[in-house]
Amino acid sequence: MTFWSRNLQFVDDDQVFKALADPTRRHLLDRLFERDGRTLTELESELEMTRFGVMKHLRVLEDAGLVVPRRQGREKLHFLNPVPIRLIHDRWIDKYTEHRVAALADLKQELEESA
Amino acid sequence: MTTITAQATQVYSIFIRATPEQIWEAITTPEFTHRYFYGTHLTVTPDAYQSLDTDGNAMIDASVSEFEPPRRLVHTWLALFDPEQAAEQASRVTWEIEPQEDGTTLLTVVHDQLEGAPKTAESVAGGWMYVLSGLKTLLETGEPLAG
Repeated sequence: MTFWSRNLQFVDDDQVFKALADPTRRHLLDRLFERDGRTLTELESELEMTRFGVMKHLRVLEDAGLVVPRRQGREKLHFLNPVPIRLIHDRWIDKYTEHRVAALADLKQELEESA
Repeated sequence: MTTITAQATQVYSIFIRATPEQIWEAITTPEFTHRYFYGTHLTVTPDAYQSLDTDGNAMIDASVSEFEPPRRLVHTWLALFDPEQAAEQASRVTWEIEPQEDGTTLLTVVHDQLEGAPKTAESVAGGWMYVLSGLKTLLETGEPLAG
């Protein structure tokens, strides 16, 4: 499964996994999940990090398509885009877990019913 | 666990290996939509947005405010298939279609004005991801999403 980034370079799952492999970037995504559409200043105020550092992380998230910047009036707001995570989920999680998890869920139900 | 209220403005974007014209056709004509949009037969014209299930029941009540093929479509959104959502205020859906230099197209769906529609906001959060990943798969492979 491939994904093409805004800056026209070829992007595959690697870029999304790499973006997600950093705790600060996951923290930024969590902040946006709680309340979407935030400015850099707002995001910066919640992190012990320089403005430049936050910008750098946001840039990685934008390149991976996980954050979409949108202009609203004079402000640049950052929105969480969950679609790349969904595509990874469809490709990498569903495939490996579906049957096993379903089997365990069935087993749990059977054991609990017979108990 | 804390409960998170679904966002009043939601943004979904996806790159699709297809032309803006192909995407426009896929989001406005029933021959395509019924294969990825929860089986609904959608017909969008400058004057009307019609969304029918296989029995011919209207699924979404909407009016079209901007119709600029193949780049931009704006319509209201009121889900009729769920009484709780149908009782809420109408929200707004904006489709932006931007061709990229590499031959792919960036499709962005912004669902906003959801302040008066918390049930709808919660429902569409998973819904758009399903619809957009299905649309991408359909246009890139010719097949609807499996399962």
